[in-house]
Amino acid sequence: MKDKKVHSAAAAIEGLRDGATVLVGGFGHAGIPDLLIEAVCDRHLRNLTIVTNNSGRGRTGIARLIESGCVGKIVCSFPIAKEGFVFKEWYDAGRIGVEVVPQGTLAERIRCAGAGLGGFLTPTGVGTEIAEGKQTLTVGGREYLLELPLRGDFALIRADAVDPRGNLTYRKAARNFNAVMACAADVVVVQANREVALGALEPEVIITPGLYVDRYFVAAAEPALRVAAGGR
Amino acid sequence: MALKGYSNEDIARRVAAELQEDWVVNVGIGMPLTVMPFVPVERDVIFHSENGIIGMGPELADPAQGDQDLLSAGKRPVTLIPGGSFVHHADSFALARSGRLDAALLGAYQVAENGDLANWKLPGAKLGSIGGAMDIAAGAKRVFVMMTHVTTKGQPKIVRKVTYPLTARRCVTRIFTDLAVISVTAKGLVVEDIAPGLTLADLQNVTEAQLTPGGRLATAA
Repeated sequence: MKDKKVHSAAAAIEGLRDGATVLVGGFGHAGIPDLLIEAVCDRHLRNLTIVTNNSGRGRTGIARLIESGCVGKIVCSFPIAKEGFVFKEWYDAGRIGVEVVPQGTLAERIRCAGAGLGGFLTPTGVGTEIAEGKQTLTVGGREYLLELPLRGDFALIRADAVDPRGNLTYRKAARNFNAVMACAADVVVVQANREVALGALEPEVIITPGLYVDRYFVAAAEPALRVAAGGR
Repeated sequence: MALKGYSNEDIARRVAAELQEDWVVNVGIGMPLTVMPFVPVERDVIFHSENGIIGMGPELADPAQGDQDLLSAGKRPVTLIPGGSFVHHADSFALARSGRLDAALLGAYQVAENGDLANWKLPGAKLGSIGGAMDIAAGAKRVFVMMTHVTTKGQPKIVRKVTYPLTARRCVTRIFTDLAVISVTAKGLVVEDIAPGLTLADLQNVTEAQLTPGGRLATAA
């Protein structure tokens, strides 16, 4: 069995180069592969295209990546948000490019790349400025936009449990883009909360089969996640 | 002219009253999140959050008690109801586009008399944040808009034609403002309810699109 385990975030992102397209999981602060992002910052990479939903909270996560000068362009659905300011500063200064994509279209473009499809037709964005430059097709009397797949050179994934095959589970709403992106990049690297023995994961709870995963590392124990009243 | 109408709580209560047993309802950020506490506990409404939560419970009063992996679309800690589940983002929007949402609650900058919605970008701005609004507006069976009736400068937000960048065409079902409840119909905008003390003429004064009285207002007229 191939050994996919590495012992640091830096080792996990080995081979990532300037100019690469990188899919980064997470929504808000749930499911952000924060240590992998920090490792990218530390490499001082340049001109990356980052595909992710949000532009970062405060100076953390994607915001830190932007502030480190690593990002040439961000492809996301929600660039301007009250919890972040770094993207806006860099955008206003002309130091970063952006492509704003409706969230469902963003997820489906990535899914499409992971599914070996050449594109899909969506009703989302018909008649809006998102449709500019895109082909419109009418199927069954309804108008759709042709949207194309979006694949990464790398995907940075945050999982809950990982086993030695690279099988993954996700915790609650931290699944978000992670499970989609894990299928859609040439090199898929995972920051897992914990590692379990082979066979310890019930097959039915595995969301991402290990065949998609190239490398994983287990984050050092973090402060215990608090569980809300009413949560599981 | 400053008109005093429904409070935000009144609006939330009014929208909550529209949500029926067994409906799946998407809630976005901001005002829509205020609706959830007003749905009677005995009524089983399933709230969907775009980030893959089916069966989202209310936001927590004390965010410090929250779970970092269980957030609303507004990135605030929420709960999961018994029998709730999680899906990934592509599936979350697959269900939104494919008509599984009985209703979606959205905010808006403008709504046109034909139901066109503008809620993601200011006119002339280089950039706006779409989030899930375009997909959800295009896919939900009903779109309920919650907004103030006029802008902070007193300009009508219910217009003949949207002048702000479009989110989705002909998608809005009903508009809930601080002054009225208005349905978008094939025959135009129908006023279902109006804030106490206001006349239809008062309302028309702050509404660009033509209004028609409906419900008890039609009977009164």
